[in-house]
Amino acid sequence: MDVIAFYLFAAIAIVSSLLVVGQRNPMYSVMLLITSFGALAGLYVLLNSPFAAVTQIIIYAGAIMVLFLFVVMLLNVPREESVPSAIAALVGPTGRRIGAVLALVFGIEVVWALSRVGLSWFAQDAQGESVKDVARIGSALFRDHVFAFEATSILILVAMVGAVVLARREH
Amino acid sequence: MVPLNYYLILSGILFAIGTAGVFLRRNLITVLLSIEIMLNAVNLTFVAVGRYLGSVDGQVITFFVMTVAAAEAAVGLALVIALFRHRETLSPDAFTALKW
Repeated sequence: MDVIAFYLFAAIAIVSSLLVVGQRNPMYSVMLLITSFGALAGLYVLLNSPFAAVTQIIIYAGAIMVLFLFVVMLLNVPREESVPSAIAALVGPTGRRIGAVLALVFGIEVVWALSRVGLSWFAQDAQGESVKDVARIGSALFRDHVFAFEATSILILVAMVGAVVLARREH
Repeated sequence: MVPLNYYLILSGILFAIGTAGVFLRRNLITVLLSIEIMLNAVNLTFVAVGRYLGSVDGQVITFFVMTVAAAEAAVGLALVIALFRHRETLSPDAFTALKW
C-alpha cells in the first residue's frame, strides 16, 4: 500500500514538475506546480510528517502560489514565443546547452550514486514514529531553534519592506 | 515500505528538473517557479532524512525553508513587476543592461 502510494505521488510530482518547465502558459505552470506540491504533501504524510504536509499545503500551495497566480494575472503575461525542448537545447546557445547538460549530469549522478549504496530502511520503532509528534516539533522550534525563528521574523519584515519599495510606482 | 534511497532519488530528479527550468525558460515567472521546485526537492530530502534519523529537526528546517521561499517569492515577484513596467516583457534577455 505504502509502495503504491509512493510511486503514485512520485509520478505525479515528476510529471507535473516536468510540465511546469515544459509548457508555455505561465498560468498552467502555476496550477501544475500546485499539483506537484500536493503530491509532495502526500509524500510527507507517508514519511510520518503530517505537520510538514499541512504547512506545505497551507503556506506553499495556499499562500506562495496564490501570490504567483496574482502576479501572473496582474501582469497579463504574454505567452513565451518559443520553448526549446530539452533535446533542442542541447544543440542551442551555449548558456542553455550548459544548463541542460548540467541538469542531466546531476540527475544521472544522483541516481547512480544512490543506487550504489545499500538501501536504508526507515526505523519502524517508537523513536522513528515519534517524528509525527507536533509537540516535539514545537519544542524544537521554540527552544532549540528559537534564535533562527526570531531571525526569520526579521527576514520576513525586510522582505515585506523590500517588496513594497520595489513594486512601488516611481513618482 | 519504501527505503530512504527512493526519496533521495526522487528529490534529485525534482532538483534536476528545477535546474533545467532555470536555465531553459525565457520567462522570469517560470524561472522563479523552477526555483520553487528546487527548494521543494531540498525540503523532501530534509523531511525524509529527518524521518530516517528519528529527529524532528528535518521538519523544523523545512519550516524555515518555506519562510525563506515566501520572502524570496515576495521580493522576486516585486522585482518582476518593476521590470515589467520598464520593458513590457518578461524575457530575461531583455534585461542585459545594469542601467538605462
